Amino acid sequence: MASLNVATGRIDRLLAIPGRARRARLPWVPLTIMAVLLVCAAVAPLLAPHDPIEISMLNAKLAPGENLTYPLGTDIMGRDMLSRLIYGARTAVYISLIALGTGALVGTVLGLMAGYRTGWLDVLIMRTADAALGFPTILVAMIIVTILGAGIENIILAVVITVWARFARMIRGDVLSIKELDFVTSARIAGVSTPIILLRHIFPNTINTLMVITSLQIGQVILLEASLSFLGLGLPPGHPAWGIMVSEGRAVILDVWWLSLLPGLAITVVVLAFNFFGDWLRDTLDPKLRRL
Amino acid sequence: MQRYIFVRIFQALITLLILSLAVFLSVHLTGDPAAYLLGPDEGEVEYEALKKQMGLDKPLAVQYGVFLSNVVRGDFGHSLMMRRPAREVLIQRLPATLELAGVAFLLIIIVGVPLGILSAIKRDTIIDNFGKLFAVAGIASPSFWIAIMLILLFGAILGWLPTFGRGGIDHFILPAFVLSWSGMAGVLRLTRSSMLEVLDSEYVKFARIKGLSERLVVYKHALKNGVIPVMTFSGLTLAGLLNGSVAIEVVFAWPGIGRLMLQGISQRDFPIVQATVLTAGLFYILTALVVDILYAYVNPRIRYD
Repeated sequence: MASLNVATGRIDRLLAIPGRARRARLPWVPLTIMAVLLVCAAVAPLLAPHDPIEISMLNAKLAPGENLTYPLGTDIMGRDMLSRLIYGARTAVYISLIALGTGALVGTVLGLMAGYRTGWLDVLIMRTADAALGFPTILVAMIIVTILGAGIENIILAVVITVWARFARMIRGDVLSIKELDFVTSARIAGVSTPIILLRHIFPNTINTLMVITSLQIGQVILLEASLSFLGLGLPPGHPAWGIMVSEGRAVILDVWWLSLLPGLAITVVVLAFNFFGDWLRDTLDPKLRRL
Repeated sequence: MQRYIFVRIFQALITLLILSLAVFLSVHLTGDPAAYLLGPDEGEVEYEALKKQMGLDKPLAVQYGVFLSNVVRGDFGHSLMMRRPAREVLIQRLPATLELAGVAFLLIIIVGVPLGILSAIKRDTIIDNFGKLFAVAGIASPSFWIAIMLILLFGAILGWLPTFGRGGIDHFILPAFVLSWSGMAGVLRLTRSSMLEVLDSEYVKFARIKGLSERLVVYKHALKNGVIPVMTFSGLTLAGLLNGSVAIEVVFAWPGIGRLMLQGISQRDFPIVQATVLTAGLFYILTALVVDILYAYVNPRIRYD
């Protein structure tokens, strides 16, 4: 019975968020863009009219609208721009999901521990977080690439190394105040073990913060992934990723302008959507984070 | 205060040590530095001799110590590709990056702060909306893309500005603007929100009630407190400019250390990588340190944190 109560309590809280959100006017434009992005990522093979890496020199450099089989034109090797953009969405979502997910997980776990167990563990975790925040991401990425070589896992690793610290810091701040509340004290007196207190009693109260930071970080992560790809530190050339596409168009910008223009536009629109959504979520869930 | 400064300097040193260790290991984990230096027809004997000469037969900890003491004296080793000491190449390239970052930082302050104040005073007018749009676009678009688009527009189509290399003042316009845009955007937003907060405070209301002119209220009373958070943030922006300048230097063919760093990595020229990464990291960590100490100086609350 007790566990049922806990369960329904949690569901209530989860349901309360859309309720509040509905009253606060949903940001429809960002949500639509995000939905389009996610659909493109999820079913890219079904949506893309062509193979994104199939070279067809006969159809090279078609301008957008010039030939309706290639609605957004083709690149210098005759690869279909629309298909590449759609697969590029998949790359962006894939990398940011894994990188941000891992970063959030590591950061949350360490933040919970640091906040609950003050002392040497706290000092160790927070000093490491300071050090991680103290490095420019590009430097981290470059060191990683020097050690491990360019590749998708290494981009993800670079992002995780820089992103986890933000989560750890914010979550720790939350835990410091939550652990002083009566229900935590009661749980402790009732003899509940520390992992369970952290997981069942403290963690659910940090979910708001977690969602807000995550949504505010997505845009940054997508930008970061694009820059690293652009610099050739990530995915191999030719791979359908927006940063690589911008970079491929750079040399021929005077001749085939749409090559750089379109993927850059895609990055901007998507990052804008996530930033607006993040701002909205923060204002709705947790106005005190406004300074973030 | 002294204690705070001491702790903060200690932290910066630790961060520097971690960086140096990461750089040291990055070279030693990726391969055999001696094998890179060896010519094609040199054999086992020369290899062993070279290893000994480079100290590679000693334990890793000893090697790290040697590496550290060399780095502190500015000796990063010989560039494998350029056949010159990495320090020479670094010193030759550093001014270009510092110049560009300096101009960009100046732009961030002289554009970002006034626009932010203006946005706050003229809240919800066309000016404010323009400021918001400018800020939002600067934060969301990738700088390397903006750079390419501006080259297309101002360099190729209109032909107004030079688009690559270092030269006269006109060479600075495009790269400095692109490099500073996201910083300007951040400073603008922060100045605006911080000014709005201060303008709403009791002491500003009191100054108004006293009958002081709006000019005096804004520039004499509100501004002083309003710019404190901006100060810290712009310091960090300065540090972050090094982060952003890699892509900008690549797009505009700017002969700075960002491009050098990337070149070093793609050619596996380790001394160059060591020199550039350590220098960039040192600048970043020092700037953050100075900013933090200045901040503690103007804002006493932080010292006891």
